Amino acid sequence: MQIRSVEITVGAFMAAGIVALFFLALQVSNLSSLGNGDGFKITARFDNIGGLKVKAPVNMAGVRVGRVSDIRFDGQSYEALVTMTIERQYNTIPDDTFAKIYTAGLLGEQYIGLEAGGSSDYLSEGSELAMTQSALVLEEIIGQFLFNKAGEGVKPEGETP
Amino acid sequence: MLDQLARLGRSGLDYLASVGRAHLLLLRILQGLSDMLPRPRLLIQQLFSVGVLSVMIIVVSGLFVGMVLGLQGHYVLSKFGAAETLGVMVAASLVRELGPVVTALLFAGRAGSALTAEIGLMKATEQLSGLEMMAVDPIKRVLTPRFFAGFIAMPLLAALFSAIGVVGGHLVGVGLLGVDSGAYWSQMQATIDLHEDIFNGVIKSLVFGFTCTWIALYQGYDSLPTSAGVSRATTRTVVHSALAVLGLDFILTALMFGE
Repeated sequence: MQIRSVEITVGAFMAAGIVALFFLALQVSNLSSLGNGDGFKITARFDNIGGLKVKAPVNMAGVRVGRVSDIRFDGQSYEALVTMTIERQYNTIPDDTFAKIYTAGLLGEQYIGLEAGGSSDYLSEGSELAMTQSALVLEEIIGQFLFNKAGEGVKPEGETP
Repeated sequence: MLDQLARLGRSGLDYLASVGRAHLLLLRILQGLSDMLPRPRLLIQQLFSVGVLSVMIIVVSGLFVGMVLGLQGHYVLSKFGAAETLGVMVAASLVRELGPVVTALLFAGRAGSALTAEIGLMKATEQLSGLEMMAVDPIKRVLTPRFFAGFIAMPLLAALFSAIGVVGGHLVGVGLLGVDSGAYWSQMQATIDLHEDIFNGVIKSLVFGFTCTWIALYQGYDSLPTSAGVSRATTRTVVHSALAVLGLDFILTALMFGE
């Protein structure tokens, strides 16, 4: 009897520990929304990807349809070659879709937004997106803004005399 | 001058000898695995005294650590208008660091010291020699089940600690401070990664379980067979375990999460 109650409590302890592990895996982590890499791969070339990272979301109309699976530098064209894995259920994306790098919020992480084109051919394994727009790099925008401001300040002085 | 040099050399040699004894003991403990597997009852008995009896302190401290994280995290995050990310902060700090580390520290205090005292007393009262007289290997019979019980119990306890802590953070954050419940869970799920965060936390607790139980068993087995010797060994167990856990945690964190 004594041994039996020990065995029962040990069983309950191990079950509780395993349940806790499952709780962490299912409720706390992103296991349920992983997508398991099951999908087709497409590529896109960007002049500048800013702070885009592997595993960043790929969104379409604000809904996540895939993830960035690989980022490489192309030594021939000096562009960034980004590989995305799109979930298999989204197999009706036009092949002239426009890929753009956005930033979530002012300081948030960067993600790729897809804007559907009008083609009747769909993206499939190995397709390449021809039309892309680089990430907005904050320093460049500020630099451009200051440059324009300085230009505005000079013009009237140059014209008046 | 030469005397002092000799003393330094002797303490160095003593230290090396004790490290060597600890590794030999570990080797013999691991060799006992094949003899333990046909007798699972020994392991279950030890899982009870090492694991089940530690559940209460783990659950209570996990709950309170989670609630404190909820309070403090909300205080800081609400200053930046990011109170919705409370779930991420609570879960990440629990799963990555606090779960394994605090569990290991509590485990060293609750179960490690008990293991050392038990084995030290067995040695002092010559029970271990008695077993040997009956041609029973005391390491295989007494130490191996205890070692594997600690090794198995630690990850389960750490998982319990983290899970209860996340619930505790939810209790305070959502129930008391008014963070949105959906945001608490969804932000957490969007950020916490199964491999990067949770598996690494489990690996940490496995390493800590291995280290803490090893230290406790070695200190008990190597203690002087007197009451003073057992008491010193128990103290050493807690101190060495705590230092080893904190030092290893730094190394593991640097390897796992450092870029």
